[in-house]
Amino acid sequence: MNRFSLILCAIGVITATQSCKMKNTESVVGGDAAAKVYVAPGKYDEFYNFVSGGFSGQVSVYGLPSGRLLKVIPVFSVNPENGYGYSEESKAMLTTSAGFVPWDDEHHLELSQTNGEQDGRWIFANANNTPRVARIDLSTFRTAEILEMPNSGGNHSSPFITENTEYVVAGTRFSVPLGNQDVPINSFKENFKSVASFISVDKTSGNMNIAFQIALPAMNLDLSHAGKGPSHDWFFFSTYNTEQANTLLEVNASQKDKDFIVAVNWKKAEEYAKAGKGVKMKTQYVHNVWNEETQSATSKTESEVLVLDPAELKDVIYMIPCPKSPHGCDVDPTGEYIVGSGKLAALIPVFSFTKMTQAIANKSFEGEYHGIPVLKYESVLHGEVQKPGLGPLHTEFDGKGNAYTSFFLSSEVVKWSIKDLKVLDRVPTYYSVGHLCIPGGDTKKPWGKYVIAYNKITKDRYLPTGPELAQAAQLYDISGDKMQLLLDFPTIGEPHYAQACPASLIKDKSLKIYDINKNHNPYVSMGEKATKVVRSGDRVDVYMTAIRSHLTPDNIEGVFVGDEVYFHVTNLEQDWDVPHGFAIKHNPNAELLMMPGETVTLKFVPDKQGIYPFYCTDFCSALHQEMQGYLRVSPRGANVPLKYGTGNTEPANTTAAK
Amino acid sequence: MNRKHLFSALIAISIFIFSCGGNSSQAPAGSTPAPAPEAAKPANDTKGVGKFTNVELTHPLDEGMVKQGQAIYELKCASCHKLSTEKLVGPGWKGVTDRRAPEWIMNFATNTDEMLDKDANAKALLEVCMVRMPNQNLKDDEVRHVLEFMRKNDGKN
Repeated sequence: MNRFSLILCAIGVITATQSCKMKNTESVVGGDAAAKVYVAPGKYDEFYNFVSGGFSGQVSVYGLPSGRLLKVIPVFSVNPENGYGYSEESKAMLTTSAGFVPWDDEHHLELSQTNGEQDGRWIFANANNTPRVARIDLSTFRTAEILEMPNSGGNHSSPFITENTEYVVAGTRFSVPLGNQDVPINSFKENFKSVASFISVDKTSGNMNIAFQIALPAMNLDLSHAGKGPSHDWFFFSTYNTEQANTLLEVNASQKDKDFIVAVNWKKAEEYAKAGKGVKMKTQYVHNVWNEETQSATSKTESEVLVLDPAELKDVIYMIPCPKSPHGCDVDPTGEYIVGSGKLAALIPVFSFTKMTQAIANKSFEGEYHGIPVLKYESVLHGEVQKPGLGPLHTEFDGKGNAYTSFFLSSEVVKWSIKDLKVLDRVPTYYSVGHLCIPGGDTKKPWGKYVIAYNKITKDRYLPTGPELAQAAQLYDISGDKMQLLLDFPTIGEPHYAQACPASLIKDKSLKIYDINKNHNPYVSMGEKATKVVRSGDRVDVYMTAIRSHLTPDNIEGVFVGDEVYFHVTNLEQDWDVPHGFAIKHNPNAELLMMPGETVTLKFVPDKQGIYPFYCTDFCSALHQEMQGYLRVSPRGANVPLKYGTGNTEPANTTAAK
Repeated sequence: MNRKHLFSALIAISIFIFSCGGNSSQAPAGSTPAPAPEAAKPANDTKGVGKFTNVELTHPLDEGMVKQGQAIYELKCASCHKLSTEKLVGPGWKGVTDRRAPEWIMNFATNTDEMLDKDANAKALLEVCMVRMPNQNLKDDEVRHVLEFMRKNDGKN
């Protein structure tokens, strides 16, 4: 009997285990999932979800819970679809100290905050490759500003912000020598620095400026988050490669049991900076600002940056030991707990801000790292989440005392309680989850209704599309005790960090048109009467208007091979959702989209004679197909007078090119 | 036979409704027509759909308003409307203040989408022009200035 029941038991266990392994999507998705994500045609989603585009360089905007793609905002990469980076007005946005750079790798996003809560004004984005930070205006959903980071090799721990958007940070992932010195690579320890930049943000305009940089010892700054509430004055950066390797980091930067979370008292650093304690270093970085009035961008090259030396900053910087190459560095809504996620660790350490301040007061140090005090692990530790999964990466919070951590290696999201560090629930992701996002999940006020997992691998989740597959997001309902998978949706590029906020924060202040009376583009045509074509040497400026359904002028003659022709097209419409487009045959460039009331310029240098049709590319009316015109390009030196108009019925000028 | 007659009648009715100059009065029963300060009442005195229910006309014309109205015309209207009777994209403006009530003109220019959906005369124009008139986002005083410019164009005083 006993043996019999043992066998039964064993069979039971095996069955249970196997059924667990056999678990597939169908069994994971509950019956009411469809109803929970269904947003009826014509109805709005409840949340905006801003998702980084990774190597696409852009930011995509989805509605939640439907997962519908609403817009792709061009930020760090050119976008021929609407002319960003191609129009004369927008080219300057992508200028850097290395000239025009048409692409970047965009990683993280952060919505602006007031008092630790999202305020729906701006969203910040970082460029990892050519280190930059961008600010996107959420009334226009356009990139408003891009600021380059000097003394940075890869802007990764960025663009995280303080509670009132006082500062955006930009920590370099790859240490580099200050001021681009020419030094041997293997002098990494002596000559390289990991620089954390603090960018001030103007309260009204949002304009960014590098207030100061802190030149930390050579290592890799990975991610960061600001403190909040009691920890308001502090910023926390995770680090790896504190081994200071400069080759084969896969092995050489994984030697130590613990790396660090760098705790920076930015309030005190700010005081030091204001007191002139730093060194004003000569350098070069470019600052690009979009001007809404002139509807164009300007680039300014800055030549100086204030650099603070940690050795001179007393009581400002401390190192918290953190197991195994920490990646995510996340602060809970109360500001008391700091979660470090060691990507090679099998536990999650949670640090206490209160304990940290006590440890600092008690000088509970275990040593120094290049002159910076290292706090004792145990004296700062609130506790460890034991056996949560493999390879913790990022943590978000629901505002109800729970944390949600992504596990890349074990492809799951794990919910755990901050207070007692108990694992409460786990759900699989498909597959290899990176970042997580809960609406407001890194602020004081999360809306703990959903968590979205951003997966690096989709493999068999969608219809195959050749070797290159979409990456994807997965939406889970977290309103109950157990997480419930609701929806998969593919994403643009590679999604890294994302932000989500209630639609009500943004939707009602979304701009509908550009008021043409406030159009101060120097090349605007204020009405058809103001259209003209002006030649000045080899330069031809075409002042053109677009309105349903014609372009003025639509017949242009007297242009010669090699002329630089600038089409300045003003959209005279003043109604929502009536853009016009502009394209001309053989232009090795892109099209333009002009929003209502906007003037945009396309440059064209014809290199062959001929008749070049141009037309509106954005279906605008029943007579959209009629919205077209011709540019006559004659051989250089031909006797063809400059002539232009629309609807002119006088006899044709029959002058032939000689 | 009967069916054929019915068909012809339907065609006749549709032509009547859809023809641009459909003069059937659209004023709801019981509404009093606007006072007619102009020399003659507009041929069609329906006021359309929108906020303007009673527009006071001034005599003589307010030349300041005319001037501002002309500037707005050149920026926002001239692309589609000539000042003669010739149709470009939309109808020429000559005689518009004789054809339409001032309220109808101002409602159409500011409440364009609703007018195109609900007002029989606006709908009839769409059938002819085949392009939805754009809402050019005119403020209340701006549309009044444009009306004054139209009156000037029609030789009113």
